Amino acid sequence: MSAPLRSRPVAWPRRVVHAVLILLALVFLTLFLLLPLATVFVEALRQGLGPYLEAIKEPEALSAIRLTLLVAVIAVPMNLVFGIAAAWAMTRFEFRGKALLGAFIDLPFSVSPVVSGLVYVLLFGARGWFGPWLDSHGIKIIFAVPGLVLATMFVTLPFVARELIPLMQAQGSEEEEAARVLGASGWQLFFRVTLPNIRWALLYGVLLCNARAMGEFGAVSVVSGHIRGLTTTMPLEVEMRYNEYEYVGAFAVASLLALLALVTLAVKTLLEWRYGDEIAAHAPGGH
Amino acid sequence: MKKSMLVWFAAASMLWSVIVSAADVSLLNVSYDPTRELYRQVNAAFAAQWKAQHGDSVNVRMSHGGSGKQARSVVEGLPADVVTLALAYDIDAIADRGLLAKDWQKKLPNNATPYTSTIVFLVRKGNPKGIKDWADLVRPGIQVVTPNPKSSGGARWNFLAAWGYALKQPGGSEATARAYVKELYKHVPVLDTGARGATNTFVQRGVGDVLIAWENEALLAKRQLGGDTFEIVVPSITIVAEPPVAVVDSNVDKHGTRAVAQAYVEFLYSPQGQEIAAKNFYRPRSADVAARYASQFPATHTFTLGELFGDWRQVQAKFFNDGAIFDQLGPGS
Repeated sequence: MSAPLRSRPVAWPRRVVHAVLILLALVFLTLFLLLPLATVFVEALRQGLGPYLEAIKEPEALSAIRLTLLVAVIAVPMNLVFGIAAAWAMTRFEFRGKALLGAFIDLPFSVSPVVSGLVYVLLFGARGWFGPWLDSHGIKIIFAVPGLVLATMFVTLPFVARELIPLMQAQGSEEEEAARVLGASGWQLFFRVTLPNIRWALLYGVLLCNARAMGEFGAVSVVSGHIRGLTTTMPLEVEMRYNEYEYVGAFAVASLLALLALVTLAVKTLLEWRYGDEIAAHAPGGH
Repeated sequence: MKKSMLVWFAAASMLWSVIVSAADVSLLNVSYDPTRELYRQVNAAFAAQWKAQHGDSVNVRMSHGGSGKQARSVVEGLPADVVTLALAYDIDAIADRGLLAKDWQKKLPNNATPYTSTIVFLVRKGNPKGIKDWADLVRPGIQVVTPNPKSSGGARWNFLAAWGYALKQPGGSEATARAYVKELYKHVPVLDTGARGATNTFVQRGVGDVLIAWENEALLAKRQLGGDTFEIVVPSITIVAEPPVAVVDSNVDKHGTRAVAQAYVEFLYSPQGQEIAAKNFYRPRSADVAARYASQFPATHTFTLGELFGDWRQVQAKFFNDGAIFDQLGPGS
């Protein structure tokens, strides 16, 4: 009975608390997100637009952009397929070791990217388990594009699955069962029922996966070998130029990555605003 | 899933081999961090010379990174034809795995070091603290920036330069060197893991009164950051930093590139190669070229690693291994 009585005197301080919290969040965001982001562009354009464009048009930078896109174009679709398969298995079937599978899907989140890169070196490097065999067959994995793809796939593996699992769990399988009863084949069921139900969450997951795939540094740094024009992705190119005291060049390439982040953010916000219900309404564990 | 993965990898590796074979001859030079401009010019000049002499085009690819990390990558299979690293110890590590002959340093003139550098001080404009020599670094209130010699190859040269200075003073001995270096590291507010980190600490974050650095990096940083914010001070005596080069035997034999790789490292000793090195702030071995760049490289008394310390294996064991002198000095304690 005393609750409604007490709520009035509490209202004032609560509003103050709200204001303080919002202010704190804003200050924090400005200091730790907006300011560094702005710095990237300020540094990149420090000597004007000419040197900025010059730095991006260098063959090494262009090749880094191409390679980054190539790696993402391979790794993201693979994880799209894996993510759907894993989410399907996790939410539509009961089987032994399900919890273990769930833990494995999350593994890349909990392992340091540098360690994941190192694991591939230990497996496929010249002194690794499969190194001598690969070498004798002329197959290059580490310090070549396949290694970059592998490392990127490992690091970005959870994004799609983690986005889909809570949604598919919440949606349940009634619609699919109904479709099956009405005589739908497996493919029909997937493309007509399941996919439309998860499409926005799927897009959202792919978006996050792609952002991480293009921005990944630690894991690819270990397996890349930093060969200019061949195995250097954009984040690596940024580091190398920074270490060469080429600040404009480093920040110019970094600004492209920052632009990618901004585009991702914009599309993500659009998706959340437009299709928020279908992405996360039933997903307490989602992002 | 599995099949599509294999197909993709096959496609990717095919793409890779197409890229690799596009040029007539392709070399991979695995180098350390700040040599980009140097080797960009060397590679262009060498390619022109090789084309004129043999008619083949040579495409030299570069890999840059921390010297120790680069050596580990070569051991793990990075297909380097040539390595150009910051210290012989890192190439020794590759030789230990049998990728090149143990006596690699005898196969080229001057300890397989076509160009050298030296350890100098970078101070703020106008040298407000009046730093002129090693003794000034341990004055009360002076903050010194230098990276951690346990993790940074470049920093080991810094450490040895300081040690050598103390040893060469009148009455200098192991004991006085130890005391000086211990005092010096007490003046270091933060031990960065690498040379670039230390430079950025000093330059970008404004920490410290003096940065101990390689001369070529100090000149490079000075040029890139505008010449008027920093000054370079050359101490009365310092070490000759020798970044060596080597052909990686087992890789060039596998790639069939021994002749061109050998010509490439020898080109570094040619008048043209020496000129490019000097232009990029490395001290040339050639007396002729050195004379022309005398204003860029002030004369000073120097000693070499070999004269004072022996070879890198001995140095590593005596100073930098776990529990060795650097650990005993307990910097920061």
